[in-house]
Amino acid sequence: MARIGVFICHCGENIGRTVDCAAVTAAAAKMPGVVHSVDYKYMCSDPGQQMIKKAIVEKKLSGVVVAACSPRMHERTFRNAAAEAGLNPYLLEMANLREHCSWVHSDKAAATQKAIDLIRLMVEKVRRNKALYPIRVPVEPTALVIGGGIAGIQAALDIADGGKKVILVEKSPSIGGHMARLSETFPTLDCSQCILTPRMVEAASHPNITLMTYSEVEAVEGFVGNFEVTIRKKARYVDPAKCTGCGDCWNKCPQKKIPNEFDANLGFRTAIYTPFPQAVPNKPVIDAEHCTMLTKGKCGLCAKVCPRGAVNFKDQDELVKVKVGAIILATGFELWNHSAYGEYGAGKLTDVIDGFAFERLASASGPTGGEIRRPSDKTEPKTVVFIQCCGSRDDKAGKQYCSKICCMYTAKHAMLYRHKVHDGRAVVFYMDIRAAGKGYDEFVRRAIEADGAEYIRGRVSRIYRRQDGKLIVRGADTLAGQPVTVEADMVVLADAIVPRSGSEKLAQMLGVAYDTDGFYSEAHPKLRPVETAAAGVFLAGACQAPKDIPDSVAQASASAAKALGLFAKPELEREPIVAHVNPNTCVHCRACISACPYGAIQDFEIKDRAGKVLRVVAEVNEGLCQGCGTCVAVCRSNSIDLDGFTDEEIFSEILTLE
Amino acid sequence: MKSIGYYPGCSLRGGGIELDMSVRAVAQVAGVELRQIEDWNCCGATAAHNLSHELAVALPYRVLALAEAQGLTEVLTPCAACFSRLKGTNVRLARSKELTARMQEIVEKPYNGTVKILNINEFLNRLLADGLAEKLTTPLKGLKVAPYYGCLLSRGDGIVEGDDHEAPTSMDAAIKAAGAEIVPWNYATECCGGGFSMSMTDAVVDLSNAILADAKAAGADAIVTGCPMCHSNLDMRQRKINAAGYGPYEMPVLYLSELLGLAAGLEPKAVGLNRHFTDAMGVVKRSA
Amino acid sequence: MSKTQESELAAAIHNATGVNVAECYQCGKCTAGCPMAKFMDIVPNQIMRLVQIGDKPSEDKLLRSVAIWRCAGCLTCMQRCPNELDPAAVIDALREMSHGQGKVVKAAKKILAFHRAFLKTVEKTGRMSEFALTRRYKLATGDLFSDVGLAPAMLFKGKLSLKSHKIPGRGEIKRIFATCRDASRTEHGRGARGGNR
Repeated sequence: MARIGVFICHCGENIGRTVDCAAVTAAAAKMPGVVHSVDYKYMCSDPGQQMIKKAIVEKKLSGVVVAACSPRMHERTFRNAAAEAGLNPYLLEMANLREHCSWVHSDKAAATQKAIDLIRLMVEKVRRNKALYPIRVPVEPTALVIGGGIAGIQAALDIADGGKKVILVEKSPSIGGHMARLSETFPTLDCSQCILTPRMVEAASHPNITLMTYSEVEAVEGFVGNFEVTIRKKARYVDPAKCTGCGDCWNKCPQKKIPNEFDANLGFRTAIYTPFPQAVPNKPVIDAEHCTMLTKGKCGLCAKVCPRGAVNFKDQDELVKVKVGAIILATGFELWNHSAYGEYGAGKLTDVIDGFAFERLASASGPTGGEIRRPSDKTEPKTVVFIQCCGSRDDKAGKQYCSKICCMYTAKHAMLYRHKVHDGRAVVFYMDIRAAGKGYDEFVRRAIEADGAEYIRGRVSRIYRRQDGKLIVRGADTLAGQPVTVEADMVVLADAIVPRSGSEKLAQMLGVAYDTDGFYSEAHPKLRPVETAAAGVFLAGACQAPKDIPDSVAQASASAAKALGLFAKPELEREPIVAHVNPNTCVHCRACISACPYGAIQDFEIKDRAGKVLRVVAEVNEGLCQGCGTCVAVCRSNSIDLDGFTDEEIFSEILTLE
Repeated sequence: MKSIGYYPGCSLRGGGIELDMSVRAVAQVAGVELRQIEDWNCCGATAAHNLSHELAVALPYRVLALAEAQGLTEVLTPCAACFSRLKGTNVRLARSKELTARMQEIVEKPYNGTVKILNINEFLNRLLADGLAEKLTTPLKGLKVAPYYGCLLSRGDGIVEGDDHEAPTSMDAAIKAAGAEIVPWNYATECCGGGFSMSMTDAVVDLSNAILADAKAAGADAIVTGCPMCHSNLDMRQRKINAAGYGPYEMPVLYLSELLGLAAGLEPKAVGLNRHFTDAMGVVKRSA
Repeated sequence: MSKTQESELAAAIHNATGVNVAECYQCGKCTAGCPMAKFMDIVPNQIMRLVQIGDKPSEDKLLRSVAIWRCAGCLTCMQRCPNELDPAAVIDALREMSHGQGKVVKAAKKILAFHRAFLKTVEKTGRMSEFALTRRYKLATGDLFSDVGLAPAMLFKGKLSLKSHKIPGRGEIKRIFATCRDASRTEHGRGARGGNR
């Protein structure tokens, strides 16, 4: 015999102003199965919840309907209250009198009638609800961090310091990411390597961190708490166990003219190389595409000179499988290719470079030893033009968004240039100045007021090299209302920030959504910035959206906290809103398997005692099922039902409406 | 291609006569008949769109309607401004039924959008592909050419197609086929001053000088162009530019069709080379 | 709520050209690439800005500027605008308004005279005649002597015909001109003589 309690909330004025709550309460009291019907101003408040708990105990309620706001707001709140009072939480449902009624209607009489109908529906459903119990899933308390830049390093250190194990995977030979390429960082002008390398070393030597550099994630299976990840450790051709990083090999390598990606192709490296002197691990790899031995079978000098015999030309890629409970994506960004701007030379003008190239010129460990030099003739440029928003805020040829960090790093570049070339002219063409961080606006003002950077508001229409070698920059000063032409020796373009190439493939492997620009999507733009729609997968750094180092570090620590939270319990509780297949009626048409967006349904073999397969049917993996109900809809034999939203429960709601 | 519709435009009968002569001569070498649109009227050029948007579409509309009625599915218009107006009108009509109806009302002729407009570069490239290349028997070897597109042969909403707006190359094939060498330079698409030749001559002197200066600094022997307005500003006004203290320049300015005509062995007079203001006959000596 | 708060002027421009000036964020790339900007009293991005503001003083500034007459229609602005706007089309529409309302500034007299002379020869015969154009232009501007030396050379080179080119359909052309003139008058409310106010 059903004993249902109905609790009607006024929600202050939100519901009370449009719905006649007193009338609704009176009508609910008369509904079949209802033994208790009351209203209150704020049901979600402490006294409101106490009301519900008290009634459950005193009236021995077998089910509860809370007629209030959307279940997305407070279902959790009220279900927790019911559980505390000893009622299975899944025997409590909400009727939405706010978002579905008072907030969208103005006719009071009609809204009141609708409210009564909504409650009637839910009462009918609750009468048929079954008690459900959370599903428990074991958790592997190991994290995988994909990406060894500052965000990945920070996340790994935080989790490791929290006492849990971390595998840090990085696809290049060394961790450090883009931050290792920078000369100085804003707004303090700290030497980038000086603040980064201690972290890199810590990450490499932390007992809880397993570093896998020159490795990439190949496949991901499983679900939150129980991922099985296949990682490809690319062939290094150098045994890291034997190698000491002495450098004899790369000093002797005859292939000395390979463009150095780390230096934005401004300098060269050898075929056997470490990407930069402070690399971690400081063990070289061989670039198989350019090594004479690996391509032509000749040379082998490095193997000959290596005092430890660490070079191994027979090395192969190795596939490694690891079990992890949480994954953090920290794959970072790269710069947009400005060859799309024909008016800026289509990428063919030497001396028109991007921001990273300028960083390498300014960097003491860069190809020019920290002296600002033109790539074309190695002379010192006396006039450098910096152009902001190159490819950003450009609906037509580039990206629509603002890349956030360029105003700051351009000011930094102008300052670094002026510090190094005292008689040099730094001209910055900008549209707006976005310097919203701590100390940021002061930093830009310092560039202008103290360091003499000339800021001109206006975009540049064209850059070309005049026959005498000067770069002609045709810009505008919109504030003065006139065109401006600058004869420059070098131009630095602040190219837009885009996600790393290959990031989409990784997202697809993990079931993580990404937007039209390729940035990974967070679960909620305001309130859930580090989670994704894929449970157990978190985001850190610029792979989610353009951001600077402080924000990347903050986000990394946040995602580490999420991972640690996941690991804090030995088991994960999952909502029991999952589908079940009735194996007796399932005809194995496999429609549900194709329809399931989460890949949560598999074949299941029904065997006899001898192990012979009698039939194959579909089976739902409770760990992956998200309770969307798609399989229920497509099942031709009506063999699937969804706990918490069974066919009987849903139809009872529908049939209640005449 | 055996024949194609032909819209010379007003300037080809006057200041741009060399363009008309050389296009006809080259078409004859290629064996293509140019069927001039009967009763054609002025396209309105710059003046119409500066003063009346309806007139600016109505005048080209009449031309297109006549061409369609005369069974011409493709029309060559060598003048860059006429090309921009005629093709631009096609584009605008295709986008708006109201505009088409209004034009039909004003011009009192139907037009169903079936006429395709070709510019000089597209036409010459097609001739080359169809076999003109083999007939270029007196190549101008060693002639260094700066290809000048100007504004209307490089830009426009849906008007210039299939070429890079910032670094166009549609003249390259013809120049190379004529045996000449292309000189890389910076002013291929910079404005010469357009229709301000009489009303703001100073502006034309300023802008055209910049073009001549870059061509000269790049080592060009001649500038090759496709627009009669640009030709006039660079050729006819060169003396005035020199008189203003610039240069001094002795830079021949040729139409692409003149270049091809010379390469095909035609007499300079046949393509109009002797009518230039800035002596261009020196170019001929190269092919001897 | 209406989509955008367009000023009357911006709405008129939007209707005439399809350009929504609200999309202009004043980057200045148009001004930066404009070959005639150095000859303008209001540069292209400022022209766009004044249309955005669109009040009577701004409209007046625009219609009485010499800048709108000195645009060469080279389309560099349209080609490079990151928001795919067309300042040249906006300027064309402003020219038509300025002429229609008789607000053409004195400094643009020669330019306007050239366009009018050009169109007059077309109206009369169906084609532009360089000789007739030059004659009309010089009479209108009083600039009788410049380029006089070119005329004999042009004649001699066969680049200047003294004849006019009357086309058979010139009656149609006259009618087209008249229809467009009437429509323009209705739109812009010019005076009977159509002269400057």
